[in-house]
Amino acid sequence: MAGDKVEVRISRDLYEKAREFIEETGGFKSVDELVEFLLQEVLSGEEEAGLTQEDEEKVKERLRSLGYL
Amino acid sequence: MVSRPHGGRLVDRVVRGRRRERLLEEALELPRVELDAGLASDVANIAHGVYSPLEGFLVQEDYESVLYDMRLSSDIPWTIPIVLDVDPSQVAGVREGDDLALFYNGRPLALMRVEEVYGWDRGEYAERVFKTRDPRHPGVRKVMARRELLVGGPVDLLAEPPEPFEAVRLWPKETRVLFEARGWRTIAAFQTRNVPHTGHEYVQKAALTFVDGLFINPLVGWKKPGDYRDEVIVEAYKALIKHYYPRDSVVFSVLRMEMRYAGPREAIHHAIVRKNFGATHFIVGRDHAGVGSYYGPYEAWDLFREFPDLGITPLFVREAFYCRKCGQMVNEKICPHPEEYRVRISGTRLREMIKRGEKPPEYMMRPEVAEVVLSHPNPFIEEGEAQG
Ligand SMILES: [Zn+2]
Repeated sequence: MAGDKVEVRISRDLYEKAREFIEETGGFKSVDELVEFLLQEVLSGEEEAGLTQEDEEKVKERLRSLGYL
Repeated sequence: MVSRPHGGRLVDRVVRGRRRERLLEEALELPRVELDAGLASDVANIAHGVYSPLEGFLVQEDYESVLYDMRLSSDIPWTIPIVLDVDPSQVAGVREGDDLALFYNGRPLALMRVEEVYGWDRGEYAERVFKTRDPRHPGVRKVMARRELLVGGPVDLLAEPPEPFEAVRLWPKETRVLFEARGWRTIAAFQTRNVPHTGHEYVQKAALTFVDGLFINPLVGWKKPGDYRDEVIVEAYKALIKHYYPRDSVVFSVLRMEMRYAGPREAIHHAIVRKNFGATHFIVGRDHAGVGSYYGPYEAWDLFREFPDLGITPLFVREAFYCRKCGQMVNEKICPHPEEYRVRISGTRLREMIKRGEKPPEYMMRPEVAEVVLSHPNPFIEEGEAQG
């Protein structure tokens, strides 16, 4: 799996805070895991917001053709 | 803002483009399970996000959690188990991690990754979901006839099941864009399996008075004998909306999903589904999704109170009736007059009049709606008739 990973640099302050957070909450094994989780959350959130411009245009086209718009 | 999908993300498991072509070919080589119309619509509903956050048919842990706690194992509210039943012979030799091809009408509809095959107790299902094992209950009868094993796992939709009401069928992705485009921030959804009478219109308009838009979303698909035919419901609503609703404050589209007649549990399910379509409010009337006298008239309201985290606001509206003293449609909460002034709009009475070919009085049904229903040679589903 190591081959699938890349390094990311974050500020030491933030890193220390993240380590404390992990110790207190116990839900994550490492800062790497926490960062990966948070990034995934944010990115999948963006995905949820949606459709690409193109998809949305396609949807609107159908709505127009059916008389909904 | 339209509602956030249930579980946070609108599921999309519709396979497109080259991958679809490739998987359609692969499907022909896989072990096959032929689906009935109800299961085919479940697969499409999963893939198009109607059942978000479900990505497939329930695995055992989720099934039991839904059955006993009315929540998925992730603690997200979910009240009706969405399950795929098979005969042992259909999954002989199929192992976890294998793919199954789900067929409908002899053609590949979807692929399913098998996560688990497990047994279930249909009587227990009936007891929990319908609160009865009485075989006269149409939902119980249907469940007891299902097959011995359940298969859980995600599905990928390869082809759309046929939809005769395509021109008035919208998926959640589409209603969400539509509501946004209309600038609606609050949307009240109305579930129905009926031709609209004046009582329904009253309830819808009472809700619409306080929200930006009304989303009328009747179910098409299997219903019990004596219920209205799908095409009658659709045409009746078109007539009602055309003559009595402001065009820009209502969206009408159908949802292909079977009625289960599970009363309170199904009311929650109906609300979750409409949340995925983007509705912020859900109208819950008297005896929602009920049948016979298996559920109390306002039992569904109590169940909603157990789900503060549902993410869609129920609008509890009492049954409407005409009051001769008030001179209008009212409900118990706003009319102080005794029973002798009240004229109840009974769905059963209406059906009887229609069966006799009689035009119902205008305080019960709009003439334009009555005309549509009466002009149909046989507006009701008959006993023993396969529908949908
Ligand atoms: Zn009154």
